[in-house]
Amino acid sequence: MATAAPVGRGARCGGNRVVARLSIYLQGIVFPSPDDSHFAVCAHGPIVERGSGTVRPDQPRPSNFFGIGAYSSTVLFTKYAITPWAGLLVGMLLSALAAVAIGVPTLRLRGHYFAIATLLIGSSVQIVFQRWDWVGAASGLYVPIDRTSPLFYLQFHTSKVPYYYLALGAAAAGYLVVWKLRRSRFGFRLQALRDEPDAAASLGIAIARHKVLAFMISGAMMSVAGTFYGQYVLVLDPERLFSMEISIIVLLMTVLGGSGTLWGPALGAAILVPLSEFSRIWFGGTGRTIDLILYGILILLVCMWRPSGILSLLEERIRRRTGTHEPAP
Amino acid sequence: MHVFVNQFWCLEVRALMSGELIIQAVISGLLMGLIYALVAVGLSLIFGLMEIVNFAHGEFLMLAMFTTFWFWALASLDPLLSLPLVAIILALAGILVHFGIIRRLLKAPMLAQVCGTFGLGVALRAGAQFLWTPDFRTITNPLIAGRVQIGPIFIGQPQLITGGICLLSFVALWWFVTRTETGLGLQATAQDRQAAAVMGIPTERMSALGWAIGLGCVGIAGSMLSTFYYIFPEVGVNFALLAFVAVALGGFGSILGSLVAGVLIGLVESLGGLLLDPSYKTLIVFGLYLAVVIVRPHGLFGRF
Repeated sequence: MATAAPVGRGARCGGNRVVARLSIYLQGIVFPSPDDSHFAVCAHGPIVERGSGTVRPDQPRPSNFFGIGAYSSTVLFTKYAITPWAGLLVGMLLSALAAVAIGVPTLRLRGHYFAIATLLIGSSVQIVFQRWDWVGAASGLYVPIDRTSPLFYLQFHTSKVPYYYLALGAAAAGYLVVWKLRRSRFGFRLQALRDEPDAAASLGIAIARHKVLAFMISGAMMSVAGTFYGQYVLVLDPERLFSMEISIIVLLMTVLGGSGTLWGPALGAAILVPLSEFSRIWFGGTGRTIDLILYGILILLVCMWRPSGILSLLEERIRRRTGTHEPAP
Repeated sequence: MHVFVNQFWCLEVRALMSGELIIQAVISGLLMGLIYALVAVGLSLIFGLMEIVNFAHGEFLMLAMFTTFWFWALASLDPLLSLPLVAIILALAGILVHFGIIRRLLKAPMLAQVCGTFGLGVALRAGAQFLWTPDFRTITNPLIAGRVQIGPIFIGQPQLITGGICLLSFVALWWFVTRTETGLGLQATAQDRQAAAVMGIPTERMSALGWAIGLGCVGIAGSMLSTFYYIFPEVGVNFALLAFVAVALGGFGSILGSLVAGVLIGLVESLGGLLLDPSYKTLIVFGLYLAVVIVRPHGLFGRF
């Protein structure tokens, strides 16, 4: 993700516009601005939605589905000239199927055994895509440039602003789905499963089936983000698409904001994306890893001092002010 | 016809070679497996004591290798001589990490624990890249170099001595944990923290000792590994991945389990690379892990 924005971008940005840009970033998630300098937000906007989709946030390698989404739309487009919109749906379907294939054997594992299994699956999928000649093997795929019908081919070359609206729309749709889901019977069952697995099982909730379903939904959402990301950067590199970094960023957004909450991931993204952009602008080309150092230290500090996320801090403050003891929805 | 004959000739050569090649692969897999095992045993010990997986373990291996490298580059100290120094430095780092970070992290839920040590690893890796650039480095002309020939089989001398030192470390660790009073205290703490505390065992100090021993093992492994392996900031990632698999395969918290699983992974990796395709090594190891864990959800020797 550190390479999401083109390399030359840092050089183009003068330091005098930094303050202006901060406001743009901060409102970027809710209020779009016609300034095309905010396009990094577009790239990461879709990632937000996956974070919010984490009914089970304990899988360290969600980038599998991100990559599957990007590959599905691009392969269909380059090989059969099928619009990325159809590729989006195919990607969601394939990701859901992959989630079943991964989930059925591994979701019955507990705790760390499961975490390590997903770590390994991530590496395995990456190896498979790096060796698969039909999808370009290790050198990846390029999305052919087409300027005739931006909306049909889902690529915009005159301005980056449409990407922003796409990302915003996808994030909003994702949030709507999760919001609806949390208030449905299915959602309540999942929450019961998360909080008290044994009690939930004794009440007759089919643990395995619900876990796999949740995994499928989360995978399909991540796949949407992957398709948009592929159309945005126009080049698919298996090294980057299935990288640990994307998984880390998504996890970090979730943990930083507050895992298991609705708005936590959005809050996490609103903090992390500007942080990464600023560290890149300020430290320029000198140390490309400074943003990762900051990320690492930040995630460590949050986990040490505020493991339930920043959102819980705000909630606590609101509760103290209003004097109520009900947990915020 | 000529092609036909040629093919047969190839097959014959392969059949002739394969016996020796397989023995060669078994030996190098065994020696590599011992390193995986030594890296894994630290993880396993730490998990047994406080049920936390150190996702920054590979980065400490990387730090051990860089420490060895700088001892060699700046003080021209051979890896074999700086080995005890590196082990002590890493052990001290372990104590520091325990009191500075882990004690606080233990109060958090599991996801935060995973993310916390993960974050530490990311910061260490990026920090190493920032300080020492992502370049590959090697230690040239170490005291131990060259290779040993036994019949038709060649073994790299660094690998052989590394395997020996790893095995020695295991014996020492085994003796310490099962034969000394402190070691028994360590075991008691791992079995039941509260009961151990009631019996007057300083459990907090035992946890710190666990971190010191765990990272000390990584120090030994890293120091020896740097005699024949490239040294770069990302080097720990792959070793840590295999160490995680070894720990889970052997069962969290079991010393014997990590030894057996580490060697097993080394063997499977080396033989799989020879018989199938080197780039599918990870896939084979993963298949092994999944197969074992589905049949035995707590690994081969696990208690948790």
